[in-house]
Amino acid sequence: MSDSATLRTPLHALHVELGARMGPFAGYDMPIQFSSGILAEHLHTRAHAGLFDVSHMGQAELVGSDHATVAAALERLCPADFLGLAPGRQRYSQLLNPEGGIVDDLMVSRPPGADGRLNLVVNAARKAIDFALLESNLPPSVRLTRLDRLALVALQGPAAVAVLQRLEPNSGLAAMAFMSTQPVRFGRISAFVSRSGYTGEDGFEISLPADEAEAFARRLLADPDVASIGLGARDSLRLEAGLCLYGHELDETIDPIEAGLAWSIQKRRRLEGGFPGAARVQAALVAGPARKRVGLRPDGRAPAREGAEIVDASGAEIGRITSGGFGPSVGAPIAMGYVASSAAASGTPVSLMVRGKPLAARVSPLPFHPHAYHRG
Amino acid sequence: MTETRYTKDHEYVRVEGDVAVIGISDHAQQALGDVVFVELPAVGAALAKGDSAAVVESVKAASDVFAPVSGEVVEVNADVDAQPGLINEDAMGRGWIFKIKLANAGELASLLSEADYEAFLKTLA
Repeated sequence: MSDSATLRTPLHALHVELGARMGPFAGYDMPIQFSSGILAEHLHTRAHAGLFDVSHMGQAELVGSDHATVAAALERLCPADFLGLAPGRQRYSQLLNPEGGIVDDLMVSRPPGADGRLNLVVNAARKAIDFALLESNLPPSVRLTRLDRLALVALQGPAAVAVLQRLEPNSGLAAMAFMSTQPVRFGRISAFVSRSGYTGEDGFEISLPADEAEAFARRLLADPDVASIGLGARDSLRLEAGLCLYGHELDETIDPIEAGLAWSIQKRRRLEGGFPGAARVQAALVAGPARKRVGLRPDGRAPAREGAEIVDASGAEIGRITSGGFGPSVGAPIAMGYVASSAAASGTPVSLMVRGKPLAARVSPLPFHPHAYHRG
Repeated sequence: MTETRYTKDHEYVRVEGDVAVIGISDHAQQALGDVVFVELPAVGAALAKGDSAAVVESVKAASDVFAPVSGEVVEVNADVDAQPGLINEDAMGRGWIFKIKLANAGELASLLSEADYEAFLKTLA
Protein backbone atom coordinates (compact mmCIF):
# COMPACT_ATOMS: atom_id res chain seq x y z
CA MET A 1 0.00 0.00 0.00
CA SER A 2 1.45 3.39 -0.96
CA ASP A 3 1.53 6.07 1.70
CA SER A 4 -0.50 9.23 1.44
CA ALA A 5 2.54 11.33 0.49
CA THR A 6 3.17 9.33 -2.71
CA LEU A 7 2.19 11.17 -5.87
CA ARG A 8 -0.02 9.76 -8.58
CA THR A 9 -0.15 10.48 -12.29
CA PRO A 10 -3.50 11.08 -14.07
CA LEU A 11 -3.39 7.45 -15.26
CA HIS A 12 -2.95 5.88 -11.83
CA ALA A 13 -6.51 4.52 -11.59
CA LEU A 14 -6.21 3.03 -15.06
CA HIS A 15 -2.97 1.24 -14.17
CA VAL A 16 -4.55 -0.26 -11.06
CA GLU A 17 -7.64 -1.29 -13.03
CA LEU A 18 -5.40 -3.05 -15.57
CA GLY A 19 -3.82 -5.05 -12.75
CA ALA A 20 -0.42 -3.34 -12.79
CA ARG A 21 2.11 -4.23 -10.14
CA MET A 22 2.73 -0.77 -8.70
CA GLY A 23 5.88 0.50 -7.06
CA PRO A 24 7.51 3.75 -5.95
CA PHE A 25 9.54 5.76 -8.43
CA ALA A 26 10.69 9.35 -7.96
CA GLY A 27 8.00 9.88 -5.35
CA TYR A 28 5.22 8.52 -7.58
CA ASP A 29 3.26 5.27 -7.39
CA MET A 30 4.02 3.89 -10.84
CA PRO A 31 3.31 0.70 -12.80
CA ILE A 32 6.45 -1.46 -12.77
CA GLN A 33 4.83 -4.12 -14.91
CA PHE A 34 1.39 -5.20 -16.10
CA SER A 35 0.04 -8.73 -16.18
CA SER A 36 2.09 -9.97 -19.11
CA GLY A 37 5.37 -9.19 -17.38
CA ILE A 38 8.52 -7.29 -18.27
CA LEU A 39 9.82 -9.66 -20.94
CA ALA A 40 6.54 -9.74 -22.88
CA GLU A 41 6.03 -5.98 -22.53
CA HIS A 42 9.54 -5.32 -23.83
CA LEU A 43 9.12 -7.63 -26.83
CA HIS A 44 5.65 -6.26 -27.59
CA THR A 45 7.05 -2.73 -27.81
CA ARG A 46 9.70 -3.74 -30.34
CA ALA A 47 7.18 -5.72 -32.42
CA HIS A 48 4.02 -3.62 -32.13
CA ALA A 49 3.32 -0.53 -29.99
CA GLY A 50 3.84 0.04 -26.29
CA LEU A 51 2.02 2.74 -24.34
CA PHE A 52 4.00 4.31 -21.49
CA ASP A 53 2.71 6.73 -18.86
CA VAL A 54 5.51 9.24 -18.32
CA SER A 55 3.37 11.93 -16.72
CA HIS A 56 5.62 11.88 -13.66
CA MET A 57 8.30 13.66 -15.70
CA GLY A 58 8.59 17.44 -15.38
CA GLN A 59 7.09 19.52 -18.15
CA ALA A 60 7.67 23.26 -18.28
CA GLU A 61 7.83 26.13 -20.70
CA LEU A 62 10.28 28.99 -20.99
CA VAL A 63 8.69 32.16 -22.33
CA GLY A 64 10.32 35.37 -23.47
CA SER A 65 9.93 38.12 -26.03
CA ASP A 66 11.50 36.16 -28.89
CA HIS A 67 13.34 32.95 -29.66
CA ALA A 68 16.82 34.44 -29.42
CA THR A 69 16.16 35.72 -25.90
CA VAL A 70 14.77 32.43 -24.61
CA ALA A 71 17.41 30.33 -26.36
CA ALA A 72 20.22 32.46 -24.98
CA ALA A 73 18.83 32.10 -21.46
CA LEU A 74 18.77 28.30 -21.72
CA GLU A 75 22.24 28.26 -23.30
CA ARG A 76 23.55 29.75 -20.05
CA LEU A 77 22.86 26.38 -18.40
CA CYS A 78 23.02 23.85 -21.26
CA PRO A 79 25.77 23.13 -23.80
CA ALA A 80 23.49 22.60 -26.81
CA ASP A 81 22.86 25.12 -29.56
CA PHE A 82 19.31 26.35 -28.96
CA LEU A 83 19.68 29.55 -30.95
CA GLY A 84 19.92 27.37 -34.03
CA LEU A 85 16.96 25.16 -33.07
CA ALA A 86 14.40 25.56 -35.85
CA PRO A 87 10.65 25.89 -35.22
CA GLY A 88 9.05 22.44 -34.90
CA ARG A 89 12.30 20.78 -33.84
CA GLN A 90 13.45 19.10 -30.62
CA ARG A 91 16.92 18.71 -29.18
CA TYR A 92 18.44 16.58 -26.38
CA SER A 93 20.76 18.29 -23.89
CA GLN A 94 21.88 18.48 -20.28
CA LEU A 95 21.72 21.03 -17.47
CA LEU A 96 25.27 21.44 -16.15
CA ASN A 97 26.72 22.51 -12.81
CA PRO A 98 29.75 24.82 -12.51
CA GLU A 99 32.12 21.82 -12.60
CA GLY A 100 30.62 20.59 -15.87
CA GLY A 101 28.79 17.77 -14.13
CA ILE A 102 25.30 16.82 -15.24
CA VAL A 103 22.41 18.08 -13.14
CA ASP A 104 19.86 16.43 -15.43
CA ASP A 105 19.31 15.52 -19.06
CA LEU A 106 16.33 16.93 -20.89
CA MET A 107 14.45 17.35 -24.15
CA VAL A 108 13.89 20.87 -25.44
CA SER A 109 11.26 21.60 -28.11
CA ARG A 110 10.60 24.74 -30.09
CA PRO A 111 6.88 24.74 -30.93
CA PRO A 112 6.20 25.79 -34.53
CA GLY A 113 4.42 29.10 -34.87
CA ALA A 114 4.71 30.64 -31.40
CA ASP A 115 7.89 32.69 -31.08
CA GLY A 116 9.72 33.04 -27.79
CA ARG A 117 8.70 29.66 -26.30
CA LEU A 118 10.68 26.55 -25.54
CA ASN A 119 9.10 23.44 -23.98
CA LEU A 120 11.18 21.36 -21.60
CA VAL A 121 10.79 17.77 -20.41
CA VAL A 122 13.03 16.78 -17.47
CA ASN A 123 13.36 13.70 -15.26
CA ALA A 124 10.83 13.21 -12.48
CA ALA A 125 13.47 12.63 -9.82
CA ARG A 126 15.24 15.89 -10.69
CA LYS A 127 12.45 18.25 -11.63
CA ALA A 128 12.40 20.22 -8.39
CA ILE A 129 16.16 20.74 -8.61
CA ASP A 130 16.01 21.57 -12.34
CA PHE A 131 13.25 24.14 -12.03
CA ALA A 132 14.96 25.81 -9.06
CA LEU A 133 18.22 25.97 -11.02
CA LEU A 134 16.49 27.46 -14.04
CA GLU A 135 14.53 29.99 -12.04
CA SER A 136 17.59 31.25 -10.21
CA ASN A 137 19.52 31.64 -13.46
CA LEU A 138 16.99 33.17 -15.81
CA PRO A 139 17.20 36.83 -16.81
CA PRO A 140 14.15 38.92 -15.86
CA SER A 141 12.96 38.84 -19.48
CA VAL A 142 12.45 35.05 -19.46
CA ARG A 143 9.87 33.25 -17.33
CA LEU A 144 9.66 29.55 -16.43
CA THR A 145 6.18 28.09 -16.07
CA ARG A 146 5.71 24.53 -14.80
CA LEU A 147 3.06 22.68 -16.80
CA ASP A 148 1.75 20.48 -13.99
CA ARG A 149 -1.73 20.25 -15.55
CA LEU A 150 -0.34 18.26 -18.47
CA ALA A 151 0.04 14.51 -18.75
CA LEU A 152 2.67 12.87 -20.93
CA VAL A 153 2.35 9.51 -22.66
CA ALA A 154 4.69 7.77 -25.07
CA LEU A 155 3.64 5.40 -27.82
CA GLN A 156 6.70 3.50 -29.05
CA GLY A 157 7.26 0.75 -31.58
CA PRO A 158 6.98 0.02 -35.31
CA ALA A 159 3.16 0.10 -35.18
CA ALA A 160 2.95 3.43 -33.33
CA VAL A 161 2.55 5.61 -36.40
CA ALA A 162 -0.18 3.38 -37.87
CA VAL A 163 -2.01 3.34 -34.54
CA LEU A 164 -2.05 7.15 -34.38
CA GLN A 165 -3.02 7.39 -38.05
CA ARG A 166 -6.02 5.15 -37.37
CA LEU A 167 -6.94 7.28 -34.39
CA GLU A 168 -6.64 10.58 -36.26
CA PRO A 169 -6.31 10.13 -40.03
CA ASN A 170 -5.80 13.81 -40.81
CA SER A 171 -3.19 14.51 -38.14
CA GLY A 172 -0.17 14.55 -40.44
CA LEU A 173 1.71 12.50 -37.86
CA ALA A 174 3.02 9.99 -40.41
CA ALA A 175 4.94 12.76 -42.14
CA MET A 176 6.66 13.93 -38.95
CA ALA A 177 10.43 13.62 -39.00
CA PHE A 178 12.38 12.15 -36.08
CA MET A 179 12.92 14.83 -33.39
CA SER A 180 10.25 17.10 -34.82
CA THR A 181 7.38 18.54 -32.81
CA GLN A 182 3.95 19.89 -33.61
CA PRO A 183 0.56 20.54 -32.05
CA VAL A 184 -2.01 17.85 -32.96
CA ARG A 185 -5.74 17.67 -32.30
CA PHE A 186 -7.08 14.25 -31.33
CA GLY A 187 -10.81 14.92 -31.62
CA ARG A 188 -11.27 17.85 -29.29
CA ILE A 189 -8.06 17.24 -27.35
CA SER A 190 -5.26 19.73 -28.03
CA ALA A 191 -2.01 17.87 -27.72
CA PHE A 192 1.63 18.58 -28.43
CA VAL A 193 3.47 15.71 -30.09
CA SER A 194 7.12 14.95 -30.73
CA ARG A 195 8.49 12.09 -32.75
CA SER A 196 10.99 10.82 -30.21
CA GLY A 197 11.30 8.44 -27.31
CA TYR A 198 13.40 6.39 -24.97
CA THR A 199 13.29 2.91 -26.47
CA GLY A 200 15.33 3.09 -29.68
CA GLU A 201 12.13 2.46 -31.66
CA ASP A 202 10.11 4.86 -33.80
CA GLY A 203 7.53 6.52 -31.62
CA PHE A 204 5.79 9.59 -30.33
CA GLU A 205 5.61 11.46 -27.04
CA ILE A 206 2.25 13.12 -26.51
CA SER A 207 1.67 15.93 -24.06
CA LEU A 208 -2.01 16.56 -23.33
CA PRO A 209 -4.28 17.97 -20.62
CA ALA A 210 -4.25 15.73 -17.53
CA ASP A 211 -8.04 15.46 -17.44
CA GLU A 212 -8.10 14.09 -21.00
CA ALA A 213 -5.32 11.57 -20.44
CA GLU A 214 -7.28 8.57 -19.20
CA ALA A 215 -9.84 8.65 -22.01
CA PHE A 216 -7.04 9.11 -24.53
CA ALA A 217 -5.06 6.19 -23.10
CA ARG A 218 -8.16 3.97 -23.19
CA ARG A 219 -8.69 4.82 -26.86
CA LEU A 220 -5.10 3.84 -27.61
CA LEU A 221 -5.38 0.64 -25.59
CA ALA A 222 -8.50 -0.29 -27.56
CA ASP A 223 -6.25 -0.69 -30.60
CA PRO A 224 -5.14 -4.35 -30.80
CA ASP A 225 -1.55 -3.33 -31.51
CA VAL A 226 -1.21 -1.37 -28.27
CA ALA A 227 -0.30 -2.74 -24.85
CA SER A 228 0.39 -0.93 -21.57
CA ILE A 229 4.07 -1.02 -20.64
CA GLY A 230 5.55 -0.51 -17.16
CA LEU A 231 8.79 1.00 -15.91
CA GLY A 232 10.51 -2.38 -15.80
CA ALA A 233 10.34 -2.80 -19.57
CA ARG A 234 11.00 0.92 -20.06
CA ASP A 235 14.34 0.31 -18.39
CA SER A 236 15.25 -2.83 -20.35
CA LEU A 237 14.29 -1.10 -23.61
CA ARG A 238 16.43 1.97 -22.99
CA LEU A 239 19.35 -0.17 -21.78
CA GLU A 240 19.30 -2.18 -25.00
CA ALA A 241 19.16 1.13 -26.89
CA GLY A 242 22.28 2.32 -25.05
CA LEU A 243 20.46 5.33 -23.58
CA CYS A 244 21.51 6.98 -20.33
CA LEU A 245 19.37 7.04 -17.20
CA TYR A 246 19.93 9.87 -14.72
CA GLY A 247 21.26 8.59 -11.43
CA HIS A 248 23.00 5.73 -13.25
CA GLU A 249 25.04 6.82 -16.31
CA LEU A 250 24.56 10.50 -15.49
CA ASP A 251 25.09 12.39 -12.25
CA GLU A 252 26.61 15.60 -10.99
CA THR A 253 30.16 14.20 -11.12
CA ILE A 254 29.97 13.06 -14.74
CA ASP A 255 30.41 15.44 -17.69
CA PRO A 256 28.78 15.01 -21.11
CA ILE A 257 32.02 13.98 -22.82
CA GLU A 258 32.72 11.07 -20.46
CA ALA A 259 29.07 10.11 -20.86
CA GLY A 260 29.46 9.83 -24.61
CA LEU A 261 27.13 12.77 -25.25
CA ALA A 262 29.54 15.01 -27.18
CA TRP A 263 27.24 14.56 -30.19
CA SER A 264 24.61 16.64 -28.34
CA ILE A 265 26.98 19.64 -28.07
CA GLN A 266 26.83 21.39 -31.41
CA LYS A 267 30.00 22.84 -32.95
CA ARG A 268 29.38 26.51 -32.18
CA ARG A 269 28.98 25.77 -28.46
CA ARG A 270 32.10 23.57 -28.36
CA LEU A 271 34.12 26.47 -29.71
CA GLU A 272 32.45 29.32 -27.83
CA GLY A 273 31.69 27.71 -24.48
CA GLY A 274 29.50 29.99 -22.37
CA PHE A 275 27.90 27.18 -20.36
CA PRO A 276 28.80 25.94 -16.86
CA GLY A 277 31.92 23.76 -16.76
CA ALA A 278 32.82 24.68 -20.33
CA ALA A 279 36.56 24.51 -19.58
CA ARG A 280 36.29 20.89 -18.43
CA VAL A 281 34.11 19.94 -21.40
CA GLN A 282 36.42 21.66 -23.88
CA ALA A 283 39.50 20.02 -22.35
CA ALA A 284 37.86 16.61 -22.56
CA LEU A 285 36.93 17.24 -26.20
CA VAL A 286 40.56 18.04 -26.99
CA ALA A 287 42.44 15.49 -24.90
CA GLY A 288 39.78 12.84 -24.50
CA PRO A 289 38.10 12.10 -21.18
CA ALA A 290 39.83 10.02 -18.50
CA ARG A 291 36.95 7.57 -18.35
CA LYS A 292 34.23 6.62 -20.82
CA ARG A 293 30.76 5.15 -20.78
CA VAL A 294 30.82 1.76 -22.48
CA GLY A 295 28.61 -1.20 -23.20
CA LEU A 296 29.50 -4.55 -21.63
CA ARG A 297 28.55 -8.05 -22.74
CA PRO A 298 29.17 -10.89 -20.28
CA ASP A 299 30.53 -13.94 -22.10
CA GLY A 300 28.14 -16.23 -20.23
CA ARG A 301 24.48 -15.97 -19.38
CA ALA A 302 24.67 -14.57 -15.85
CA PRO A 303 23.64 -10.90 -15.63
CA ALA A 304 25.95 -8.39 -13.96
CA ARG A 305 24.16 -5.53 -12.27
CA GLU A 306 24.58 -1.94 -11.21
CA GLY A 307 27.43 -1.43 -8.77
CA ALA A 308 29.51 -4.41 -9.92
CA GLU A 309 33.23 -3.70 -10.22
CA ILE A 310 34.84 -3.96 -13.61
CA VAL A 311 38.38 -5.33 -13.43
CA ASP A 312 41.11 -5.81 -16.00
CA ALA A 313 43.17 -8.92 -16.71
CA SER A 314 45.44 -8.23 -13.74
CA GLY A 315 42.48 -7.87 -11.39
CA ALA A 316 42.84 -4.09 -11.02
CA GLU A 317 39.56 -2.18 -10.79
CA ILE A 318 39.05 -0.08 -13.92
CA GLY A 319 35.44 0.91 -13.50
CA ARG A 320 31.90 0.11 -12.33
CA ILE A 321 28.63 -0.97 -13.88
CA THR A 322 25.97 1.77 -13.82
CA SER A 323 23.11 -0.28 -15.27
CA GLY A 324 22.94 -4.01 -15.90
CA GLY A 325 20.43 -6.73 -16.53
CA PHE A 326 19.03 -8.90 -19.24
CA GLY A 327 18.20 -7.70 -22.76
CA PRO A 328 15.08 -9.52 -23.93
CA SER A 329 15.58 -8.62 -27.60
CA VAL A 330 19.30 -9.34 -27.43
CA GLY A 331 18.58 -12.60 -25.59
CA ALA A 332 21.59 -12.12 -23.35
CA PRO A 333 22.81 -10.17 -20.33
CA ILE A 334 23.90 -6.58 -21.05
CA ALA A 335 25.32 -3.74 -19.01
CA MET A 336 26.66 -0.19 -19.23
CA GLY A 337 29.31 1.36 -17.07
CA TYR A 338 32.34 3.59 -16.97
CA VAL A 339 35.87 2.36 -17.51
CA ALA A 340 39.25 4.04 -17.76
CA SER A 341 39.58 5.29 -21.32
CA SER A 342 42.60 3.04 -21.91
CA ALA A 343 40.28 0.04 -21.51
CA ALA A 344 37.29 1.44 -23.41
CA ALA A 345 37.90 0.04 -26.89
CA SER A 346 35.21 -2.36 -28.10
CA GLY A 347 36.34 -5.93 -27.69
CA THR A 348 38.54 -5.23 -24.65
CA PRO A 349 38.26 -8.28 -22.38
CA VAL A 350 37.32 -7.44 -18.79
CA SER A 351 35.88 -9.22 -15.78
CA LEU A 352 32.73 -8.23 -13.92
CA MET A 353 32.65 -9.03 -10.19
CA VAL A 354 29.40 -10.87 -9.49
CA ARG A 355 28.85 -12.46 -6.06
CA GLY A 356 32.57 -12.24 -5.40
CA LYS A 357 33.59 -14.02 -8.59
CA PRO A 358 35.03 -12.53 -11.78
CA LEU A 359 32.78 -13.15 -14.79
CA ALA A 360 34.43 -12.82 -18.19
CA ALA A 361 32.98 -10.06 -20.38
CA ARG A 362 33.85 -7.79 -23.24
CA VAL A 363 33.49 -4.06 -23.88
CA SER A 364 30.74 -3.83 -26.46
CA PRO A 365 29.61 -1.17 -28.94
CA LEU A 366 26.35 0.63 -28.23
CA PRO A 367 23.50 0.24 -28.84
CA PHE A 368 23.01 -3.44 -28.08
CA HIS A 369 19.90 -3.47 -30.25
CA PRO A 370 19.90 -1.32 -33.42
CA HIS A 371 17.92 1.91 -33.33
CA ALA A 372 14.89 2.05 -35.60
CA TYR A 373 14.24 5.79 -35.59
CA HIS A 374 12.11 7.13 -38.43
CA ARG A 375 14.50 8.51 -41.01
CA GLY A 376 12.02 8.60 -43.88
CA MET B 1 3.29 -40.71 -0.53
CA THR B 2 5.34 -37.79 -1.76
CA GLU B 3 4.82 -34.85 0.51
CA THR B 4 5.85 -31.32 -0.40
CA ARG B 5 7.00 -28.99 2.35
CA TYR B 6 7.84 -25.31 2.16
CA THR B 7 9.94 -22.59 3.74
CA LYS B 8 8.96 -19.01 4.45
CA ASP B 9 11.53 -18.05 1.80
CA HIS B 10 9.31 -19.82 -0.75
CA GLU B 11 11.50 -22.85 -1.42
CA TYR B 12 9.78 -26.20 -1.66
CA VAL B 13 11.10 -29.65 -0.80
CA ARG B 14 9.54 -32.76 -2.33
CA VAL B 15 10.94 -35.94 -0.81
CA GLU B 16 11.43 -38.90 -3.10
CA GLY B 17 12.99 -41.67 -1.01
CA ASP B 18 16.11 -40.24 0.62
CA VAL B 19 16.46 -37.51 -1.99
CA ALA B 20 14.87 -34.07 -1.67
CA VAL B 21 13.84 -32.26 -4.88
CA ILE B 22 14.11 -28.51 -4.30
CA GLY B 23 12.84 -25.52 -6.18
CA ILE B 24 11.00 -22.24 -5.67
CA SER B 25 7.25 -22.14 -5.29
CA ASP B 26 4.74 -20.98 -7.84
CA HIS B 27 4.12 -17.91 -5.69
CA ALA B 28 7.83 -17.11 -5.82
CA GLN B 29 8.10 -17.42 -9.59
CA GLN B 30 5.11 -15.14 -10.03
CA ALA B 31 6.61 -12.54 -7.73
CA LEU B 32 10.00 -12.72 -9.46
CA GLY B 33 8.75 -12.39 -13.00
CA ASP B 34 10.46 -13.84 -16.03
CA VAL B 35 13.49 -15.91 -15.00
CA VAL B 36 16.45 -15.35 -17.30
CA PHE B 37 19.26 -17.23 -15.58
CA VAL B 38 19.79 -19.77 -12.80
CA GLU B 39 23.07 -20.23 -11.01
CA LEU B 40 23.07 -23.85 -9.91
CA PRO B 41 25.01 -25.39 -7.01
CA ALA B 42 27.89 -27.72 -7.76
CA VAL B 43 27.06 -31.42 -7.77
CA GLY B 44 28.78 -32.88 -4.72
CA ALA B 45 28.58 -29.66 -2.71
CA ALA B 46 27.76 -30.18 0.96
CA LEU B 47 25.02 -27.78 2.02
CA ALA B 48 23.80 -26.97 5.48
CA LYS B 49 20.19 -25.97 6.00
CA GLY B 50 19.98 -22.21 5.34
CA ASP B 51 23.07 -22.01 3.12
CA SER B 52 22.74 -20.04 -0.09
CA ALA B 53 22.45 -22.81 -2.65
CA ALA B 54 21.41 -21.22 -5.94
CA VAL B 55 20.53 -17.87 -7.47
CA VAL B 56 17.51 -17.22 -9.67
CA GLU B 57 17.87 -14.13 -11.83
CA SER B 58 14.86 -12.32 -13.28
CA VAL B 59 15.04 -9.43 -15.72
CA LYS B 60 15.18 -6.97 -12.85
CA ALA B 61 16.89 -8.68 -9.91
CA ALA B 62 18.75 -11.66 -8.46
CA SER B 63 17.11 -13.81 -5.81
CA ASP B 64 18.86 -16.28 -3.49
CA VAL B 65 17.59 -19.82 -3.08
CA PHE B 66 18.52 -21.24 0.33
CA ALA B 67 18.93 -24.94 1.11
CA PRO B 68 15.82 -25.87 3.11
CA VAL B 69 17.52 -29.04 4.38
CA SER B 70 21.11 -30.21 4.82
CA GLY B 71 22.84 -32.69 2.60
CA GLU B 72 24.93 -33.30 -0.49
CA VAL B 73 23.83 -31.99 -3.87
CA VAL B 74 23.37 -35.10 -6.01
CA GLU B 75 21.81 -33.59 -9.12
CA VAL B 76 21.10 -30.20 -10.69
CA ASN B 77 18.47 -29.52 -13.33
CA ALA B 78 20.17 -29.11 -16.71
CA ASP B 79 16.78 -28.14 -18.19
CA VAL B 80 16.50 -24.94 -16.13
CA ASP B 81 20.10 -24.19 -16.96
CA ALA B 82 19.21 -24.27 -20.65
CA GLN B 83 15.68 -22.90 -20.28
CA PRO B 84 15.39 -20.69 -17.19
CA GLY B 85 11.77 -19.89 -18.12
CA LEU B 86 10.80 -23.42 -17.04
CA ILE B 87 10.72 -22.05 -13.52
CA ASN B 88 7.92 -19.70 -14.56
CA GLU B 89 6.11 -22.33 -16.61
CA ASP B 90 6.22 -25.16 -14.06
CA ALA B 91 8.00 -24.15 -10.86
CA MET B 92 6.75 -27.15 -8.92
CA GLY B 93 7.42 -29.73 -11.63
CA ARG B 94 9.85 -29.45 -14.52
CA GLY B 95 11.28 -26.23 -13.00
CA TRP B 96 12.94 -27.99 -10.05
CA ILE B 97 16.42 -26.64 -9.38
CA PHE B 98 18.52 -29.19 -7.49
CA LYS B 99 18.33 -32.44 -5.51
CA ILE B 100 19.89 -33.11 -2.13
CA LYS B 101 20.58 -36.45 -0.46
CA LEU B 102 19.07 -35.82 2.95
CA ALA B 103 21.60 -35.73 5.78
CA ASN B 104 18.91 -35.41 8.44
CA ALA B 105 15.28 -36.25 7.59
CA GLY B 106 14.28 -34.77 10.92
CA GLU B 107 14.79 -31.29 9.47
CA LEU B 108 11.66 -31.77 7.37
CA ALA B 109 9.41 -31.59 10.40
CA SER B 110 10.23 -27.92 11.01
CA LEU B 111 9.23 -26.94 7.47
CA LEU B 112 5.72 -25.79 6.56
CA SER B 113 3.12 -28.20 5.29
CA GLU B 114 1.31 -27.22 2.10
CA ALA B 115 -1.68 -26.01 4.15
CA ASP B 116 0.54 -23.98 6.46
CA TYR B 117 2.35 -22.45 3.47
CA GLU B 118 -0.97 -21.46 1.85
CA ALA B 119 -2.00 -19.85 5.14
CA PHE B 120 1.35 -18.08 5.33
CA LEU B 121 0.88 -16.71 1.78
CA LYS B 122 -2.43 -15.19 2.81
CA THR B 123 -0.69 -13.20 5.53
CA LEU B 124 1.57 -11.63 2.92
CA ALA B 125 -1.18 -10.29 0.71
